[in-house]
This record gives sequence, structure tokens and C-alpha cells, in this order.
Amino acid sequence: MSTVTGRRDRRGVGTGAARPDGIPKVTGEFAYSSDLWEAGMLWGATLRSPHPSARIISIDTTAAVAMPGVRAVLTADDVPGRPTYGLEVPDQPVFASDVVRYVGEPIAAVAADHYDIARRAAAAIVVTYDVLDPLLDPEASLTAEPLHPDGNVFRHMVIRHGDPDAVGDPAAGDIVVEGTYEVGMQDQAPLGTESGLAKPTADGGVELRIGTQWLHVDRDQIAASLDLDPDLVQVELAGVGGAFGAREDVSLQIHLCLLAKRTGRPVKMIYGREESFLGHVHRHPARMWFRHTAKADGTLVKVEAKLLFDGGAYCSSSPAVLANATCFAGGPYKIPNAVVEGSAVRTNNPPCGAMRGFGSVQVCFGHEGQMDKLAAALGMDPVELRLKNALAPGDRLITGQRLDGAAPVAALIEAVAASPLPGEVDGPMGLPGGPGRTTQAGDVRRGVALAVGFKNLMFSEGYDDSAAAKIRLFDGVATVSTACAEVGQGFVTLVHQIVHEVLGDDIEVVLNTASTTDVGSAGSTSASRQTWMSGGAVKLAADDIKAQVDLDPDRAEYLADVVHQHTPTTPLDENGQGEPHVSFTFACHRAVVDVDPELGVLRLVDLVTSQEVGKILNPVQLLGQLEGGAAQGAGLALMEEIVLEGGHIKNPSFTDYLIPTSFDLPELRVAAIIEEPEPHLGAPFGAKGVGEAPTISSGAAVIAAIRAATGLELPRVPVRPSDIALSPDRTP
Amino acid sequence: MPVLVPETLEEACAALAARPGATLLAGGTDLMVGINAGRTRPDDVVMVGRLAELRGWVRDGDHVVLGAGVTYTECMAEPLASLSPVLAQAARSVGSPQIRNAGTLGGNLGTASPAGDGVTALVALGGTVRVRSTEGERDLDLATFVTGPRRTERRPDELIVSVRVPVADGPQEFLKLGTRNAMVIAVASVALVVEPGAVRLAMGSVGPGPVRATEAEAFAASVVDWTTGTAAAGAADEFGALAAAASRPIDDHRSSAAYRRRAIEILAKRAFLRSFSS
Repeated sequence: MSTVTGRRDRRGVGTGAARPDGIPKVTGEFAYSSDLWEAGMLWGATLRSPHPSARIISIDTTAAVAMPGVRAVLTADDVPGRPTYGLEVPDQPVFASDVVRYVGEPIAAVAADHYDIARRAAAAIVVTYDVLDPLLDPEASLTAEPLHPDGNVFRHMVIRHGDPDAVGDPAAGDIVVEGTYEVGMQDQAPLGTESGLAKPTADGGVELRIGTQWLHVDRDQIAASLDLDPDLVQVELAGVGGAFGAREDVSLQIHLCLLAKRTGRPVKMIYGREESFLGHVHRHPARMWFRHTAKADGTLVKVEAKLLFDGGAYCSSSPAVLANATCFAGGPYKIPNAVVEGSAVRTNNPPCGAMRGFGSVQVCFGHEGQMDKLAAALGMDPVELRLKNALAPGDRLITGQRLDGAAPVAALIEAVAASPLPGEVDGPMGLPGGPGRTTQAGDVRRGVALAVGFKNLMFSEGYDDSAAAKIRLFDGVATVSTACAEVGQGFVTLVHQIVHEVLGDDIEVVLNTASTTDVGSAGSTSASRQTWMSGGAVKLAADDIKAQVDLDPDRAEYLADVVHQHTPTTPLDENGQGEPHVSFTFACHRAVVDVDPELGVLRLVDLVTSQEVGKILNPVQLLGQLEGGAAQGAGLALMEEIVLEGGHIKNPSFTDYLIPTSFDLPELRVAAIIEEPEPHLGAPFGAKGVGEAPTISSGAAVIAAIRAATGLELPRVPVRPSDIALSPDRTP
Repeated sequence: MPVLVPETLEEACAALAARPGATLLAGGTDLMVGINAGRTRPDDVVMVGRLAELRGWVRDGDHVVLGAGVTYTECMAEPLASLSPVLAQAARSVGSPQIRNAGTLGGNLGTASPAGDGVTALVALGGTVRVRSTEGERDLDLATFVTGPRRTERRPDELIVSVRVPVADGPQEFLKLGTRNAMVIAVASVALVVEPGAVRLAMGSVGPGPVRATEAEAFAASVVDWTTGTAAAGAADEFGALAAAASRPIDDHRSSAAYRRRAIEILAKRAFLRSFSS
């Protein structure tokens, strides 16, 4: 793409500044959390439940404790503080003691001299179970016996907007379309597995180096379970090998700190790939019903939806994911009347929580599927239908909130729709099946479709969301402290650019390692919030320094210490109305697929996008987010799914949990990047987060293009070859 | 776990004789995945990947003899690729460039995964596999070498030295279907080898090992006009149906048996159509 090369003549915002960690990552010198090492360290391992539902009759650690080289074996009895943890509700046991609720639930942890000894000792712990019938169907969960003292419903909510009783007028030609859509369980699949190293400190506390998304919330959960003052728990960011939501929840943090405290020695843990699939939350699988009513000219009259999200065994961030799903269920359209009901429920499936797009991804498959159905029923062009209903600045969402910032939905759609279509693919390697030689040019049918989506930026519903930053300017060097977790998104680059932009290219910028010790919370690296929140905090601190220098240029040292909060939001009322979100981000994708209907294999031939971004801070990093997000979204439509059978993950490896390769994704083309500076205070230079929007509509565009190519309904993603090849509705 | 690294074939055979049942390590593309996943923990490993005697290939009249250490990348290179197109096509369908640089034909044959790509092509090619121990060498029939999932006629004290397959004397086709367009385990595959008057079809991932579709082969041999290399319209459909009938697929997390059977039908039909015009 030619529009994003950026300037390199200066070091401020808008330039394509190179990542400070880029070359070390490419050359293999970057230290990830899996590379942590301390002299005399022990290795930890975790014993996990093999059953999705069982009562624990007894846990016998005798054999494990007796193994040479074993230094500690911990169970629930060894947790001195709060026995549970959780991002929103502490409902998840640090170690299961009475019942297990999913396959992979931790029961014990071991520290030993060697990794293999630790693993074998964990396997030597004898747990006697009374195996129960698992509850695996989210529908059944609503009325089943509670699996947990907190009950089975993580959240139920209804949005009633406009006239909830509005109905279409068939006599006037109004059209009603219904659809049911299903989304499978996607995994974040970060390349780096969970890993960290804890060591006891002289003051009776503990220090943890860890790959995480939110240092302070880890700290607080560790402190609660270890019964320590939070100041005695120091959490420092280690090199993160990808996150995408998988590192928001605690995995091995508390186990590691308990083992370090117990043994008095440094302890390292690293999950293998299979354990990683068991050890972090996934994207919620969803079942969604929609009914859209429109006038004969395509104007939307009403959207009704019922959403059922399977949250798995524990709460994690299910309530917030569900809120997003219901708030954005209608898509970025003017919807005068709406009734949207959402439930997130507990089952004995693996716990689900945060993943890039956070609830908006699932519903986008629904609202965009509905818009295509509606267009077909009206005999209208699907692009025209979307343009007719596109949200614009000043419009109200179904929560009643008025859009007070950018909302160039029509412009995004028009840019993508106007992008030239690709010709025939060049050579057999470009066909479905690629090097497998399954398909020749005459075997394929082409489909083209477009989808658009949106979501909120930052935490919502009245959450007190803030980020702290400090800068010390001394002798021409600006040293920046923030606890923002760099998980690959490029915040480390933006810090340099923001400080240079404010204080000039001549100063040197040094960014301290993110840690809970030098600075307050940055909040989570999630919800597309760190560019705005921690980036905004860094800019405020730099502005403060600049004001001090302007006032008194002769001082040796200048200090700034800021906490940045975004515009307050409100909770939703009993009708789901309020001002729950700060700001929004919009993106559009158009997909072109070649499908071989006889075999059901296919090839994504072309993917073109447009996005609204506030202001471009670094065009190279922006493109990286657009490409990676589109790939992750397309992956959910094409292949990415955790296959469950009886609550067991059947494909916990990259042999069988497939993510798209370069043979599955074309080079992303960018039709438009729309810059409209964010009006809310604190967005640095008017910039907003860009990481999630690209994930929302790419998959919806891909599945729509497959529908267009095959004429099949294909209500479920990811689409499997058999869904196409064996469909009774397929025409030869 | 001790890993022995013999420098000659003779040393390797001696090492195996001393440790019958030791795990052989060639390219490591299968073994290391199992070890890293904690599924395999061999007591003894004998590494054969560096043995010069297993590397390279030679043409021997109307046959090609390929060392067990020949990699997929080498199978894809000319002039070998033209001498054995089905092997080159199968090799190209395997993994990534890094995997194809490491993985070997002998390793694929010895591992005998039902989903193996090289082994499916070799079974269609026919010919012999040479195994060696301290007691000497044996030549075994490639068509019957694989006896079940991950089981072969190789004794624990033997190692695979080479395979001897016919030089192509007619159309050859390898088609592999997976749920992603590269770096994927076959959900179903077919290897079709045509020689004057004869057709051989081996199918992968639809049985305990590569499955030969003998009825389909006999049908093809009878229906093809061997003077022109053509077949009547509709013959391909029948060939596909016979191949599907010979497959014995199972349901697993990668696919359903019903879909695998359908895939075989279509892949065999297409391989036939590409080999014989109507």
C-alpha cells in the first residue's frame, strides 16, 4: 500500500518510525517471558482436571512430594488469602478443591529442580473424582441446576429502544427477514505461550516478571490470594509473545507467586502449547437470532435480536463482552426501534473472555448476514441498502447515546465498494487447495461481498478508567514511566513519537520497563484503549514538561506525573439506555472468494478495507494492525475453531487449530483511511486505538462472499468444507 | 534421553542391533513434535539424518533409487521431479519450506501415518523398499510395506535405506485436500500413477494406511483406450465412485467420514480426468 510509507525526516507523530524492539524480535535477540532465567531457579508445573465436571473426593500428593527434586506441592489448602480470582467477579478457584468445572481446571502446582521432574510430579498426584454429567449446552444452562454458587447466568440484559412494540406494515410493502447465526469458539492463538518467573523478596513479598496485558490487576489478584499488601507484590512486564485478550485473565501468576513464596526460591513456569489452549480464555461461541423489519425502500424500521453467549465455566469478562454484543447487535446503522436481549451463561465448557473485537465480532456476523438477507428480499443492492441506513454523526445508537464524534460509515462503505475488483487468479497456486492441486480454474465460482462493523473504544458503562504516566527530563534525556503493557501493538514506538512531537527531535527518549513499582496503573492493554489512554497520559506529561521548560528554561531537571481519565460514561438503565461508551471506531471490508463447491474448499482472493482512525500516529504500525486484525477476523470465518467434544478440546495444537497462512490470505488492500481528529479530550493529537476494528467485519465479509459464490445459507462460522460440499441445498 | 549419532550406515545398524526398538530420528518433523507435546518420550534415539549413505538418488534404468534421507525439497527439484512427478507433487503439498527441507522420504515411510503424503505416493508408484540390519539387507514390496497405522514390515533392528520406484511412463497425479491451503494434514488425498495398460490409485487419510482402490484401478485399465490415452465421458465419475467405495474413512476432529468419502470421489474423478481426455 502506497499511502502509509510515512515520513522519516523527523521523529514525531505521523512518521513511520521503526519499532525499538523490531530488529531484536526479527533477529531472535528479544527476550520473551519464556526466556526468563535466574540462578538457582526451580521449575513449576500444573496439574489440571481431566473432566469437565466432577466432584473431587480426595487429592493425595504423597507420591509427588516424595519424588527426588520436588520442592513444593501446593493445593487449595496452601492458598493463604482469597481462594478465588477473576477479572470482574472472583468466582474462579486458584486451585479446585471440591469440584472441577472444566477440562484443564488447575488442581495443584509443583515446583521442582527440573521441568521434567515438575511435570512428572504433577502427574503423580492422585486425585479421586466422582465424575458428573457435564452441562455443555448453553441453552440448557438457563434452566439447569446451578454449576456454581453464583448461578449459571453471568449476565442477562435487554435493550429496548424507540417503540419496542413497533411492527412493520405489510400493506405498505414492509419486509421482515429472520435469521439464526452461530459462531464457533475462536482462540487468540498467541505464538508465545504463558510464561513467567517469580521470586521472593527480602521484605516478605514477591516479585513477578510476566507476559500480561494489565500489570496492576494481576498484582491486585495475586496480593488478594497471597494475603499480601499490594505494595509487597511487584509485577514487571516481561517480553510478550502476543496477547489478543488471552493475557487479560490470570493464568499462572498466582501459582508462580505461591510457589516462590513457599520454596523461598525463584520459580519459572512455561506452558506448552496444549496447556496454553487449556490455560487461557477463548472467544465466546454465540447463537444469535435476528429479525429485521424495513420499509419497501430499505429504511430500517426495527431490529430484534436474541443473543446467547457460552461463557464456559467461569465469569472472566463475560458481562462486558455481552454488553458489547447487545449494544452493537444492530450494526452501524440508523435503527429507530430495537429490542435486543442477551444472555451469557455458565457451562462446563472452557472459560471464555476477552478477545480482539470483544462481542462485536460475533454480532457482526449476524447484523451483516441480516443486511444481505434484507437486500435480497427487497431486491436491492446490498451496498445501497447499507448506505441508506448508515450511521452518521449526531445519530443515536440503540442505547440512546448520540454519536458526538466521527462516524463516516457511508464514506467507508463507498470507498471499499469503489475499489477495483481483481481479475482471474494467476496460476494454479492461487486457486483453492493451492499446492494440494485439488482445484482447476473451471472448478471455481467467485463471490463478492462487503461488511461493515463498529465497536466502542475503552472501558464502558461507568467504569473508572484511567492511565498514569511520568516523565523526568534531565540533561536532554526524557525518561518515561508507564505501566502500559506492550504486547506487540507498538506502544513503545508511539511513546517515542509522542514525546518527540511535544519536546522536539533533539532530546533522547528512554522508556522504562513497565512495572507496578514506579508508576500507577495504565489500565489494560485491551479495548483499543492504550493509544488514547496511556498515549494520552504520556502526551499530557510531555505537555506539562514543555510548559515547565517554557516557564523556566534553566532548570536541570523537570518532572511530570499525570493520571489521565477519559470522559465519564454511565451505566445502562433497565431498558439498556444510557451513555455507556466514550467513543467508537468503524471499519469496512470487502472480500472476494473463489469457491470450489464440489469439494467445499475455497480461496480468499482479495480483501480490501477502509477504516476511520482519528489521526494516524504511525502509518506503518497502523497498516500492521489493519493486516493482523483482518487476518484474525477472516480466520474465524475460514477455519479458526476450538473443536469441543464432551467439554474436551480436540485440537489443542497448531497442527489442528488452524490459523490462516500466506496461502489463505491475500495481501490486504486499503481503500481509505479516514482521519477525523477525535473530539474527546485526552485523545493524543486526536488519535484513537485502531487494533480491534479490523477484526470485526473482515470475517463477516468473507462468509458473505462465500454465500454469494455458493448460494448457500451458511449460518455458521467457521465454515467447514463439508458445510458446502455436503449441503443438500447445493446446486451442481 | 541418549541420542546416538552414528557416522556410517554400518554404525547405525550396529547401534540399532544394540538397542532394538530405539527410535530413529531423521528430519525430526514428526518425532520432535511428539516430544515437545509430551506425547512421546523415547528411551533411546538413533539419529540417521546425517548418514551420507542415505542421501541422494540415482537412476537405475527404468527405475529411480532414492535414499531414505532424500528430503521433500529434493523430491521437488529437477530432474527428479520429471522422473517421478507424483512424488514431486506430494512433496510440494507437505508443510512449509522449512519442513520440506528437514523431512525425509524414509522418515515419512517409516512413520507410516495414515495421512502421510510421501507414503501415499510411494504406494501408488509401487516398487521396493530396502531395509538393512547387521544381519544384512532385505527388499520389501512397497505396496504391502505399511501394515497399519504407524506400523510397517520394518523390524525394530532395521532401518530404511532406500526406495526403488519406476520412472514415470504415463500421467501421474497427486491431489491433497486439507482444511487450509497450505501446511495442513490431509483430510483426504489420492495418488494416481498410470503406466501403459495399468492404473494404480492409492488414497491417504481414509484408512489405517494408504488404501489401494483395486476395483477402480481394474475399471480404469479396462475402460481406457490405451492407444489414444482417452476414456469415454462418464468413466471418470465411475472411477471416482469406485474409489470412494474402496475408502474406509473415519470421523475425527479433522473431518467426517462422509465428507472424506465425498472428497475421495471428487479427487479421484479429477485425477482421472487430468490423466485421460475424453
